[in-house]
Amino acid sequence: MATKASRSAARIMMAPAVVLLLGWMLVPLLMTLWFSFRNYLPLRGGDLGWAGFDNYVRFVSSSAFWPSIQATLVIVGSVLVITLVFGILLALLLDQPMWGQGIVRILVIAPFFVMPTVSALVWKNMFMDPVNGLFAHLWRFFGADPISWLSDASMPSIVMIVSWQWLPFATLILLTAVQSLDGEQLEAAEMDGATKLKRFYFIILPHLGRAITIVILIQTIFLLAIFAEIFVTTGGAFGTRTLSYLIFQRVLESQNIGLGSAGGVYAIILANIVAIFLMRIVGKNLDN
Amino acid sequence: MARAVTSRRKLINTTAAWAVGLLIFFPILWTILTSFKTEAQAIAAPPLFLNFDWTLENYGVVMERSNYARFLWNSILIAGGSTILGLLVAVPAAWSMAFVPSRRTKDILLWMLSTKMLPAVGVLYPIYLLFIQLGLLDSRAGLIIVMMLINLPIIVWMLYTYFREIPVDILEAARMDGASLKSEILYVLTPMAIPGIASTMLLNFILAWNEAFWTLNLTSVNAAPLTAFIASYSSPEGLFFAKLSAASTMAIAPILILGWFSQKQLVRGLTFGAVK
Repeated sequence: MATKASRSAARIMMAPAVVLLLGWMLVPLLMTLWFSFRNYLPLRGGDLGWAGFDNYVRFVSSSAFWPSIQATLVIVGSVLVITLVFGILLALLLDQPMWGQGIVRILVIAPFFVMPTVSALVWKNMFMDPVNGLFAHLWRFFGADPISWLSDASMPSIVMIVSWQWLPFATLILLTAVQSLDGEQLEAAEMDGATKLKRFYFIILPHLGRAITIVILIQTIFLLAIFAEIFVTTGGAFGTRTLSYLIFQRVLESQNIGLGSAGGVYAIILANIVAIFLMRIVGKNLDN
Repeated sequence: MARAVTSRRKLINTTAAWAVGLLIFFPILWTILTSFKTEAQAIAAPPLFLNFDWTLENYGVVMERSNYARFLWNSILIAGGSTILGLLVAVPAAWSMAFVPSRRTKDILLWMLSTKMLPAVGVLYPIYLLFIQLGLLDSRAGLIIVMMLINLPIIVWMLYTYFREIPVDILEAARMDGASLKSEILYVLTPMAIPGIASTMLLNFILAWNEAFWTLNLTSVNAAPLTAFIASYSSPEGLFFAKLSAASTMAIAPILILGWFSQKQLVRGLTFGAVK
């Protein structure tokens, strides 16, 4: 039993973290909310007064809004599908007995540790450059015309770069889940004559359910916010302007703080919808 | 019961896994190889794999041209500083939540996690403005604070999951023997907590090192770390593949090595203990 003294000590020990995070959350959030209702243009006279819901209406009615939502959904959706499908296959493969398992694991995980600006630039130049990139060499080798990846196939290119970064994350978490699978259950099913496909569908996949959900939720939150990958490759051109990037441009490039802040509020709401589901799962886990 | 595996099956597994592993690793391998080529060899058609004249020239050029040491130093200071500061704040918090839990502990933990979900772009301008007002723009101190705050939830969570695994009986035994709170922490808890703290440090250092939203938006010259250093290569001048590769290799090498040590902790840290 915790004593009264240790309880108050505990409160004091928790205080710095709680106060700091509270400030970090509330101060900017309230400022964003405030700005979103103002006509705030630092380069054209500063704060020009109350705007009501104008910024919110203008943000969604601008011609850039729906394309940005579409770009966001395409990137998040495609990367999720790619990383999950290949992540599951890779996790199952890496779980098999083999020589040099540790080294293969390291090779597969490595991309996760590469900083986003590096992976984006390496892919952009050394692989996707239409003249000197490796893909251009490969295409010419097979007698095809090289593709200008980041302008003509901008979306697939970004999806490819981001998937490469996140595949290790999905694989690692799914592998951890696969390794906790009860081998005897699988053997019993095998003896009862269940085919490989059936064993996968009825035993392995349900067992992975939780890990899959977590991968989806965590990746979604990070993918909604990808920035550097677009910043150094297309700069938001060729249909790759996501919601995050649109807000960034409104705020820092065109310095329309009111409009950008309204966009920011939309982004916060969007992220929170996803976050609620994640918190539920994590919260349930705390009870055990 | 271990399942009997024929060596033929094992050979197939090994071949497949190595092929996929090398394919995934290839962009990194290619970057490292290209960093040792001359610019002409870097764009040679057909591409040269190992049959080129290895040179260290690019590393010299990159270091000379861009003051690499300063970016590296900034990265180390920002990632290291934010990690240490974060631990100072998080260790007491996680300790009290793990050992003196109250009815609100779960809510506080989940609330902390929720601050991590706040999209950075939503609060970009307020932070930018506050940084200008406080004179923190393009300062290492400012970035250390921001990095600490964005990773604080992860640090608290990781530490919490580690601390919870420490058996409480030991603490109670120490209390019976008359140990004060101070000696309880110093002599009983600390030795058992060190592995968890070390892994938390490692993961946090990696996350802070690679963070590329705040580092790109809140720095320009003085406090710019390696993420910004690399971003400056996005507008190329002339032949630059080999130099880009050398710069990239230098930016990722330290973290690749640290990262390989932290594979296991990565899962725990990034799933908030939900996958074990």
